[in-house]
Formats: sequence, C-alpha cells, structure tokens
Amino acid sequence: MEKEKHHIVPYRVYFYILLALITMTFMSIGLVHINLGGYSVLGALIFSTIKSTLVLTWFMHLKFDEPFLRIMVVFVILVFAALLFITYLDYFFR
Amino acid sequence: MENVTQHSEPHYDPEASKLGMWLFIFTELLLFGGLFIVYSIYRFLNPVAFQLAGEELNVVIGAINTIILLVSSMTIAMSTTALQQKNKKLTLFLLIVTVVLALVFLVNKYFEWGTKFHHGIWPGSPHLINDMSKGEILFFGLYFVMTGLHALHIIIGMIFILVALKRVQKGTVNADRPSLLENAGLYWHLVDLIWIFLFPLFYLIH
Repeated sequence: MEKEKHHIVPYRVYFYILLALITMTFMSIGLVHINLGGYSVLGALIFSTIKSTLVLTWFMHLKFDEPFLRIMVVFVILVFAALLFITYLDYFFR
Repeated sequence: MENVTQHSEPHYDPEASKLGMWLFIFTELLLFGGLFIVYSIYRFLNPVAFQLAGEELNVVIGAINTIILLVSSMTIAMSTTALQQKNKKLTLFLLIVTVVLALVFLVNKYFEWGTKFHHGIWPGSPHLINDMSKGEILFFGLYFVMTGLHALHIIIGMIFILVALKRVQKGTVNADRPSLLENAGLYWHLVDLIWIFLFPLFYLIH
C-alpha cells in the first residue's frame, strides 16, 4: 500500500515557529521583572509548556505523523504528570 | 504493507525507525524528569536559598544560549525540508549551521562555568561547603548536574548530526531514505525541549 506522500513543511513555517518561541522566551524573562510572587514559577512553566508544545507539534513533526505517535507522546506525558502528582502528594502531606 | 519496489533496500523501515527514536526519547524524559522532580522538591523546601543562588546565574548568557538552541532547532528542522526537496547543498549548509550553533552554545557554557569556578563555586568546593547554606549547595549541585548532563546531550547531538551530515554528503541519506537525518533532528529537538525547561527554572528565579 503506497503511503501518503511525506509532508514537506515550508521553510517559512519553521521561521514563524522560531519567532513565536523567541517572543515567548523574552516574555518569560519579562515576567521575572513583574512581581508575581509565587505565581512567577507558574507563569514561567506555562510559557515553557506552550513552547514545548510548539516544538513537539511543528519541529518534531508530530502534526504530520501517524496518530499513534501523537497518542503515545500524550500518554507518556500524562504518565509523567501522574508520577509528579503522586510524588508531590507523598512529599507534601507526609 | 510496504510495496515491493523497495526490494533493493530490504531493511529500511522509516516508521519503525521513528518509533524507536521516540521510545528512546521517552526514556530521556524519565531521566531528566526525575531530576526535575528532585529540583522541585528541594526548591519547595528551600525557597529563599534557591532564589539567592539563582541570582548568581547570568540571565544574559542563559537567554543567548536559549536563542542559539532555538535557532539551531529551526535550522535542523529546515534541513529535512531541504533534503526532501532534494537540495543537498542547502541540507549540508543548514546542518553545518546547526553544528556551529551547538559549538557556540558549548563555548558560552564553558565561559559560564569558568566564571562559577573562578568564584569558587563547583560541586564540593570549599567555598560552597563552608560559606553557603544547605539549600544553596543543593541548588548549585543540581545546576551543575542538570546543565552538565544537558551539555553532554549537546555533544552527543553534535556527533549524531555530524554522522547524518556525512551520510547526506555520501548520498546514503537522501529524499527517499531520510530517517537518519530525521532522527538526528528529533534528538536535537529533545535537547532543545530540555533547555526550554532548564532555562526558566535555573536562570529566572527572582
């Protein structure tokens, strides 16, 4: 069975993603100078999460890959999140 | 089912090759993920010490290195496009740019660590052990281990990219057999992903 032709991503798409990533980097640096107290970590992590999603989706081609790869990646991230959650429960309510 | 026209290259299976690379990336997630868990708990227990120690780090160098890695991620992503468009020259050029950027990242890291050593800060240094609090010792311990392990990944990534570059040059990695280059790209993006989290957690604590 002939597979669908490999998707070729145009150069400019990668360039736009880079611009978005750099913009968010500066935004997370700017966030440090606004006093948000305990929320500044949360803010930084939100930016990092959006940035990683862009990298995974576009740079790592998940958008154009077989759905099972996307499902695996999401599943593994959820497993890791569960690991985080359980560890924190154990640590903070001991 | 693969078609029969690929009989001359019986062992080439791009799907399996990509799947294998992803499985490897998942193990890397656990390696660094474990370290991030250690970091988060020690930071929770020593918030003030982590803030004090974090202010020792140079945000400018950190930000420059972030941008270098992001650009290098773009260039290697573009190189797969160039390969698919059968533009070998551009593919090679983009790969060389990626490797050079990786090298610049390491040079920055060298100066950054050098400044820390100059200030008497390295794992187990007398200044660290005698004059600093437990939380600061933990912060710098994690800083050196995590950025060091990341730098090791940069070096491995560079070797991986150089191997792919050589094979593109020889023509054994080409538009019909791009897997090695794609996997080198995936590895390189992983290195980028890890840094996306390392940068705010170490450099942007205030």
